[in-house]
Amino acid sequence: MNVILTSLIILTALAVLLAVMIFYVSKKFFIQEDPRYDEVEAALPGANCGGCGYPGCRGFAVACVDADTLEHLNCPVGGAETMKVVGEILGKEATAKAPMVAVVRCGGTCEHRPRMNDYDGVEHCFIAHNLYSGETGCSWGCLGFGDCELACDFGAIKINPETKMPEIDEEKCTACGACVRACPKMLIELRKIGPKSRRIYVNCRNKEKGAIAKKSCSTACIGCNKCVTTCPHKAITMGENLAFIHDDKCKLCRKCVEVCPTNAIVELNFPPRKTLTATEKTE
Amino acid sequence: MLKTFKIGGVHPEENKLSAGAKIETVKVPSQVVIPLAHYSGKPSVAVVKRGDYVKVGQLIGQADGYVSANVHSSVSGTVKKVDVQLDASGYKRPAVFIDVDEKDEWDEGIDLSPELEKDFSFTKEEIIEKIKYAGIVGLGGATFPAHVKLLPPPDKKAEVLIINAVECEPYLTCDHQLMLEKGEEILVGTRILMKVLDVEKAVIGIENNKKDAVEHLTNLAQEYDGITVQALKVKYPQGGEKQLIDAVLNRRVPSGKIPIEVGAVVMNVATTYAIYEAVQKDKPLIERVMTVTGKNMKTPGNYWVRLGVFLSDVVEQAGGIPEGTKKIIAGGPMMGRSLMNLDIPMAKGTAGVLFMDKEEALREPDKNCIRCAQCVFVCPIGLEPFLLMNQSEREMWDEMEQNRIMDCIECGSCSFTCPSTRPLLDYIRYGKSTVGLRIRKRTSKMT
Repeated sequence: MNVILTSLIILTALAVLLAVMIFYVSKKFFIQEDPRYDEVEAALPGANCGGCGYPGCRGFAVACVDADTLEHLNCPVGGAETMKVVGEILGKEATAKAPMVAVVRCGGTCEHRPRMNDYDGVEHCFIAHNLYSGETGCSWGCLGFGDCELACDFGAIKINPETKMPEIDEEKCTACGACVRACPKMLIELRKIGPKSRRIYVNCRNKEKGAIAKKSCSTACIGCNKCVTTCPHKAITMGENLAFIHDDKCKLCRKCVEVCPTNAIVELNFPPRKTLTATEKTE
Repeated sequence: MLKTFKIGGVHPEENKLSAGAKIETVKVPSQVVIPLAHYSGKPSVAVVKRGDYVKVGQLIGQADGYVSANVHSSVSGTVKKVDVQLDASGYKRPAVFIDVDEKDEWDEGIDLSPELEKDFSFTKEEIIEKIKYAGIVGLGGATFPAHVKLLPPPDKKAEVLIINAVECEPYLTCDHQLMLEKGEEILVGTRILMKVLDVEKAVIGIENNKKDAVEHLTNLAQEYDGITVQALKVKYPQGGEKQLIDAVLNRRVPSGKIPIEVGAVVMNVATTYAIYEAVQKDKPLIERVMTVTGKNMKTPGNYWVRLGVFLSDVVEQAGGIPEGTKKIIAGGPMMGRSLMNLDIPMAKGTAGVLFMDKEEALREPDKNCIRCAQCVFVCPIGLEPFLLMNQSEREMWDEMEQNRIMDCIECGSCSFTCPSTRPLLDYIRYGKSTVGLRIRKRTSKMT
């Protein structure tokens, strides 16, 4: 009995003493923080994805409060709405950035790109990439082990088990850029969502000469320049045997899609055409 | 008690099937593709263009930068194009395509006589210049330019030259057979290197599973002052530079330092032979010995192969791909790279082609780490492979650097010994390349 009582008294005394110490220390060393940090942080999505380039939402909130203008700051997850709220809290003007979405620039599914060897190593893109160019003849294309799927915090990118290619769920994609950094082949790109989610892009990154590219993958960009000459808006450039469509210039006229001999240019979310069998491409 | 290195090491099955097979010469096919890229360092720059006529031994690729080497034509014929070609690295890299004519015309000044040239009166600078021009790189596999090794920093002085004739990789026998057939030439090459480095002592380190080579070279070396032959206990990876120095001299090279720090310079035995040819015969590095082997192979053998000859041509002459082959490896089974196909040109670092059947090639699925510390025991550097693998999986680059990932020699002893068949080396190699990149970025920022 006596032992229990003594220990109770000692522990209570200790608790009181330490509580008093903590109270005074917290008062003495209190750091005056801008209360707006918390306010801005509360307005952010709280995904801590790092897509803004800062370490988590708190880091971004601090950067927003400390910055003079919100010009170069953008939360890709929250988009224009969140930035507007942040701007209201801080009394600064938020410039609306065009919403972006990730696209995988490789169309090399099994039917287009035959497998030439078996890889039996660790099933990670970065390790396979470190060892060799991949299971197919195309050394630029998707390896299909799903590093992008692992990197995505929002479940927006999934490897399709049939095609062994990543597919992006546009609803869930927040354009944080985690998959862009995860892909060792640098296939994933952030592009403007476009009106009604309509987009046109070159679904290939093969920089090989036409004949070699075509041999390894039937839907590779062969650098034929047809799209460049066809485009009325000068939105397509050709570099290293590979076409690239600049989304800020593209007016979505779909003329390039029609002329592409290998169907390397892909259109997304367009209504089906009256004459052409565009349904295949819109998949 | 034979000497060996002190920490770690494994004993893979030796399987030296092609031991004793005479070195045969592979016929030159109608087209060769000579790679301009090297395993390490920058690719050479082509100095020939489409339509040029080249002779055997003519310079076609000029070294670009400090860690790079010249490349010479291994055939006579017309340059078809300078383009990219898939090589043993698994990627497409620059190469010179040559259509071969039947004349086999050699460049002027190359001595083709088989007689041994024992005496030389060149100065140190002349020899280094000759080695540099001949494009000689380390033929053990790392293909580091030989002339760079021979120019140690001015404040360091080499004491001993070690000739690496260990050949610790299972299956490979090309160095073994070269020693038996060209022993005298190798010893002259060693004399040349001793003169360049200004050392009195040279040791040829040979593993004891090559007793005939040890005996042969010991007999020959009696005529040459300062050269001794040291038989070593069989243990992998004894052919690693630092392991060999430990085994022969009982000195340990500090972490992050090069062998000259402890007064040693290590040179591969095949490189030494190439140096003999370059200095005494003015013959650039255009061919090397390679082993074509495998358990199902009817006649495993050793071959003189010109650079740029497709491995498929070599294999055809060696008896074709054996039945049941599941995996083809360029180099030895421990450190070699598996190939996608055989349409890959012979490069300076290709020491062999190995055919594995299904049973040998099988990679069992990895299980959980049971903390048995086998990988720690066998690591010849004294690293903790299981820890490095975990850190690589979690992308903890700074911690990996603290745990001395850059000292890893990628020998694969950890993966070989792991009872849970974990892919240790795959992750460690990935971590090493990433950490190396980060270090290079940091140092370039500082300067």
